[in-house]
Amino acid sequence: MSESGQRRERGPSEREPEEEVEHEEAAGSETAAAARDVIDDVDELLDEIDDVLEENAEEFVRGYVQKGGQ
Amino acid sequence: MTTPKFVGVETEYGIVVDGPTGVNPVLASSLVVGAYRAVGAEDVGWDHTDESPLRDARGGPEPAPDDPVMGDEIGLANTVLTNGARFYVDHAHPEYATPECSNARDLVIWDKAGERILADAASRAATKLPPGSRVLIHKNNTDGKGAAYGTHENYLVPRSVPFGQLTRQLLPFFVSRLLFVGSGRLGSELAADVSFQLSQRADFFEVEVGLETTLKRPLMNTRDEPHADPERYRRLHVINGDANLCEVATFLKVGTMLLLLDVIEDGGLTSPPELARPVEAFHTVSHDLTGRVALPLAEGGDITPLQIQRHYLDAARRHVKDRDAPPDPLTEEVLARWESVLVTAEDDPRRLAGQVDWATKLELLESYRARHGLDWDSDRLKMLDLQYHDVRRDKGLYHRLVSRGRIERLVTDAEVDEAVHTPPTDTRAWFRGECIRRFRSQVVAAGWDSLILDVGRESLQRVPMMEPGRGTKAQLGALLDEVGSAAELLDRLTE
Repeated sequence: MSESGQRRERGPSEREPEEEVEHEEAAGSETAAAARDVIDDVDELLDEIDDVLEENAEEFVRGYVQKGGQ
Repeated sequence: MTTPKFVGVETEYGIVVDGPTGVNPVLASSLVVGAYRAVGAEDVGWDHTDESPLRDARGGPEPAPDDPVMGDEIGLANTVLTNGARFYVDHAHPEYATPECSNARDLVIWDKAGERILADAASRAATKLPPGSRVLIHKNNTDGKGAAYGTHENYLVPRSVPFGQLTRQLLPFFVSRLLFVGSGRLGSELAADVSFQLSQRADFFEVEVGLETTLKRPLMNTRDEPHADPERYRRLHVINGDANLCEVATFLKVGTMLLLLDVIEDGGLTSPPELARPVEAFHTVSHDLTGRVALPLAEGGDITPLQIQRHYLDAARRHVKDRDAPPDPLTEEVLARWESVLVTAEDDPRRLAGQVDWATKLELLESYRARHGLDWDSDRLKMLDLQYHDVRRDKGLYHRLVSRGRIERLVTDAEVDEAVHTPPTDTRAWFRGECIRRFRSQVVAAGWDSLILDVGRESLQRVPMMEPGRGTKAQLGALLDEVGSAAELLDRLTE
């Protein structure tokens, strides 16, 4: 992690989820099982987000213009 | 012995109408506020008599009333609810101002009640628009296109505490608290190479101290409108925070401030670190995700945001330890959670996911980005950034995380549901809310520090409420139960 903040060329993510899985599975069967639960949970969460996320993201994001407030 | 502190938080919500016809945001906001108050209720107006938003804590003459820094929006939808809150239209946004609360946990409950009220009001408002229209409300602070709107904390502070002292002692705290106050956002107004930052609002702050709130936003706002006896109290109007959805974030945002204000009042905050350039440091902290970025000190050398936070936590601990009375459970909880959040952040601030909003959102963005191989500037990630703040419980991504047990809760849904309709019992909000509930048709208007009743006499009757700690259920519950009418209440109050 850079001390100077997040830069676009790299983005905030230095940790790829795939690497994390391999790492945790290598740590032993108990942690591997726990890791699989976490991954399943995240997968279900992401499935749900795919379901509820506005379909026309591009249009919606472009149209989201607010008046300045306080 | 410090004076009791009170807090209220105002939030301007983002609003957008999606449907066959365009609706301007002022009208849409009015529809939302109007839709909520219309249900079985006569309007309770707002009493503007004692409002003086241009009064400056630094002293000097009040700016002219036609000074353009404040829009005068009297006449727009504006109401007071049975839970003691004010719900109205401000700057083209629906705004919910919590009732006065005596502690951080209550503030979380009544702030959360606001989210429910907005969600409910928006769905009612949509039925008044052409078929196919949706009114979407976001508890956020920026559209990502250059507009910012506020979440303001208001603390009642004894007038004996000089404003300059508050500024000097709190600026470094404001700069560093973004680690738990930030709600996170993609992109930046200031730096093209920042893809994600801690705060929704940090980029919009330009000066250290000032009266304005809509342009040249100051880290330390000087609006001195205490809505209470001005001889005794001043108002600390904190405009640099984000709207939080995570309960832990709101609890800490307010809990640490209430505690530090006690410490400052007692003179227990000796020589906090003085930053060389606080506004620049505020941006730097927001653009850094480590909590370890070096911030130049005025006297030379530097300090990290986490070190600054440790300074304040240590001072608060000393203060609590040195007090004669043992700390109340809520103060202990603030200290414990503050410590816990700092310990986690000292390891890796991203591990605050589930407790603070920026880390929760970032974790979600990263997982979603990895699954779909998205770029950081993709519209779907921007949509996710926005929809995290959607107040609908079936669509808002924060709420989806709650339902999956991924967010730490501090209060119960039952408490929040009740707070939609009922006021806190231990502040003057109780009297305001209960009078509206019991005598709605006779309450002509209410303000933070007054209630105006029409009991059929020659003139309207104004009940002053200049002490936020007076008008509690303990003080007036029996009386309100005894009286059968607002007229009888007035007679008993003036006996």
